Amino acid sequence: MLRILGHRLLLSVPLLIFVTALTFFLVSLTPGDPAVVILGQNRAPAEYQQLREQLGLLKPVPVQYAGWVSTLAHGSLGTSIFNGESVVTQLSARLGVTLSLVTLTALVSALIGVSLGIASALRQGALARSVDVLSLLGIILPNFWVALVLVAIFAVRLHWLPAVGYVNPSTSLSGWARSLVLPVVVLAAPAVGLIAQQTRNAMLDVLDRPFIRTLKAGGVSHRSLIYRHALRNAGVPVVTVIGLVFIALLGGTIIAENVFALPGLGGLAVDATGRHDLPVIQGIVLYFTVIVVVVNLLIDLLYAWLNPRIRVS
Amino acid sequence: MTLTASPPPRPARWPLVRALLRQPVAVVTLAFLLLVVVASLFAPQIAPYTADAFDLPARLSGPTARHLLGTDELGRDMLSRLLYGGSKALLGIVEAVLTAVLVALPVGILAGYVGGRFDRAVSFVTDLVLAIPAIILVLVVLTVFPGNMHAAMIAFGLLVAPGFARIIRGVTLPLQEADFVSAARVAGVSEGRIMARHILPGVTRTAIVQASFVAANALLFAVALGFLGLTANPGEPEWGQIVAAAAHQISTQPWLLVPSGGLIALMALSLMLFGNALRDAAAEVGSAAGTGSGAAAVALPAPAVADVVRPVAPDALLSVRDLSVVFTGRGQDTLVVDRVGFDVRAGETVGLVGESGAGKSITALAVLRLLARGGRITSGQVFFEGQDVARLDDRAFDRLRGSALGLISQEPLASLDPAFSIGSQLGELVGLHDRVSGKANRERCLELLRQVQMRQPERVLQSYPHELSGGMAQRVAIAMALAGRPKLLIADEPTTALDVTVQKEILGLLRQLQRETGMAVLIVTHNLGVVADICDRVIVLYAGQVFEDAGVLNLFDRPLNPYTLGLIGANPAHAQPGQLLPVIPGRVPPPGSWPVSCRFAPRCAFAAPQCTAGPVPLLQPVSGHYSRCVRTDELFLNAAPGADHPLPLSPARPGHQEAS
Repeated sequence: MLRILGHRLLLSVPLLIFVTALTFFLVSLTPGDPAVVILGQNRAPAEYQQLREQLGLLKPVPVQYAGWVSTLAHGSLGTSIFNGESVVTQLSARLGVTLSLVTLTALVSALIGVSLGIASALRQGALARSVDVLSLLGIILPNFWVALVLVAIFAVRLHWLPAVGYVNPSTSLSGWARSLVLPVVVLAAPAVGLIAQQTRNAMLDVLDRPFIRTLKAGGVSHRSLIYRHALRNAGVPVVTVIGLVFIALLGGTIIAENVFALPGLGGLAVDATGRHDLPVIQGIVLYFTVIVVVVNLLIDLLYAWLNPRIRVS
Repeated sequence: MTLTASPPPRPARWPLVRALLRQPVAVVTLAFLLLVVVASLFAPQIAPYTADAFDLPARLSGPTARHLLGTDELGRDMLSRLLYGGSKALLGIVEAVLTAVLVALPVGILAGYVGGRFDRAVSFVTDLVLAIPAIILVLVVLTVFPGNMHAAMIAFGLLVAPGFARIIRGVTLPLQEADFVSAARVAGVSEGRIMARHILPGVTRTAIVQASFVAANALLFAVALGFLGLTANPGEPEWGQIVAAAAHQISTQPWLLVPSGGLIALMALSLMLFGNALRDAAAEVGSAAGTGSGAAAVALPAPAVADVVRPVAPDALLSVRDLSVVFTGRGQDTLVVDRVGFDVRAGETVGLVGESGAGKSITALAVLRLLARGGRITSGQVFFEGQDVARLDDRAFDRLRGSALGLISQEPLASLDPAFSIGSQLGELVGLHDRVSGKANRERCLELLRQVQMRQPERVLQSYPHELSGGMAQRVAIAMALAGRPKLLIADEPTTALDVTVQKEILGLLRQLQRETGMAVLIVTHNLGVVADICDRVIVLYAGQVFEDAGVLNLFDRPLNPYTLGLIGANPAHAQPGQLLPVIPGRVPPPGSWPVSCRFAPRCAFAAPQCTAGPVPLLQPVSGHYSRCVRTDELFLNAAPGADHPLPLSPARPGHQEAS
């Protein structure tokens, strides 16, 4: 088990280098240079030079990247151009919101998606068709629009839930839960469809395999057949799709946090983009990449648990 | 049988387009997409107002005759704004799709065709790109190129290109090994030319399908960026901004969300459905080339024939009567087992033999109620120890599984659960039947493994199926079937997938287990050598019917059916060196196309006019020996000298060593 983890961690190094270096490369493409973008055309020469110095723009790109990595090694990601705050402080304060949104959504959509998938594999017909429809709707409906429609119905019309805003769980746990209901529903709906479809297909595949017949002929109960044998074997493709859905969810938080005014990384990402705040954007990219690395590790552990072939070799 | 011959298919031009136009979904979505494109391009000519024309008195009006889709907070016409916004969305889609296609096609084809290091490098980069949400990297691009939608959409195209290329690579791989490519290579055509001339056309359909999915995603992505205000300014007639503006009026005029969101969703839906229709059309074109129009199989309503009445044998362990099985597929019922009956006595070994497609495995699985999806028993009785178990409800029947009836199936490795160790799955069955756990459970597992003569049973308990050989797996499968001490073991082609030497061992094991436990065995096989080796009684099936049913000695020495005779003659075990293997000409007619009269007549060497006159009953010309042939008497029992007498052809029993 430890070997798998070590191997996977090693594999995540290229991912981290790839993403951060790509970001740096993109930044170096900035027409003119970032200092011009930040200060605009009517800049004072002294101020301009000082900002260039401060941004490290006087050095070649690889040196800038090396410098960024070495400050990163000291736990720093620089300071925001917009307000001069430390990037790490700023991001860490917002990480919790994004993580709770993503984790909650992933759990909810995996739970509902897998259950729906099993149910629709066992009795097809209307249930299976509605899973297909949900999955198609999840793909074609813009999520920001779905969010607005839900706000119009549940917040504006029915007053059941707050339209926007975030309540800290330390202030009010129920307020926190209520503030996350709509964002979680918006993000989970398309994920549920995808996971349910994949689970159904995987279950139907497994239920047609000869070993199910052997076990059934041996007298194994229906319950054990479905939940112990079929589900375990269908697990690998299901976990794969959950991993992919998680990555899509991370992207989705950027929209959801903006629509619902949640103070997370996604909301900050859009603000920072609008303000050309390069250090903050670079920091957010790094944070998201690390989240992906951690999730991939968890998924690998699940694979190993599900598939003895991976465990042994 | 179909008598009308369809005219030979003429090779049509543009087969894909024709197939596509046959699908209403494709026509409707294509028409809608074209409409949006044309309306967007000619918005200045078509739109009733300009995008920014104020009509303050009519602000937030909702749909009216003057403003078909209503107006926004400044009284600007919604329809006009959406029409004016179309060209920007379409441009974004085109930029993303073009980028994705231009990168993915060459990279995917090269990766699939050249393979090797390039392929691995592409795969590595693909994994990296797919690991990060595209929108985050596009935000970086937008930080660098503020407000630049073109840069954002081209970046989006680049980010979806690796996944696209992976699909193209998958389509290229089989093409690269296709005959026409090898032929071109032998003919000295250059690799670049092969890729451009032979591979590229082969992947075009897949590429178009994928491109339409990319287009749907690009649309949603472009609109989301506009909504966030990253690629459009507030007040701009851009679809995302129109939704964002509607959001501000959510409590005063929620209607504004409908036209904007609806148009985007309809566009995305059309692109997705068009892609699906295109994929279906491509599949249709592909399969039509292979099989032609595929004559529809029609279920045969079984005509009544007076088979000899066989009363249920009181002393039989298993007594099957009039068992019929129907499979439903593509909305059509097809009869695959037609009123089959036979008996298995306690301790007896009975063979169900016939060529593939005779219905022998389905008969055996029907007895166990383990038919694959779509199959069901439509008539008949299955008496087990005198009780009609076909009438039991599922719960009651489940109690018979394992303890009364056991099964070993064709592919030993596939019949074990790959996710659990042998100890775990064997232990589950032991726990179920013996109600023991822990040490006692383990002891019983070891005993079972020793019973099937497994070497190193302790180690095997720890193993997973993928660590076993085929022979070992079949022993484990037999041990699992024995766990409930069944009275009847049904063995479905138990040796077919095994090596010859292992086959002998497994047959020997079955024989020995039967001696030790006294259980009966129903063995399904196409191999007469196996039958001769271990069976007491044989049932010959053909096209879903019993053709002959006899004791094993009688069957080989005095067969009463031309089909059995053919099977014996076609047994490779006694082929003469230097001579061609004798075979029965033709094939078993597939279910759904069985002749109404004798089903074997079209292949039978002794077919006479009376054979095709009507349905042939199963009769009992000799006590305990059944045959379905109208010419049984004249061919086998009272054969006239010099007539086309089949018996001289009949060889001795093949491969049977134990003289009785």
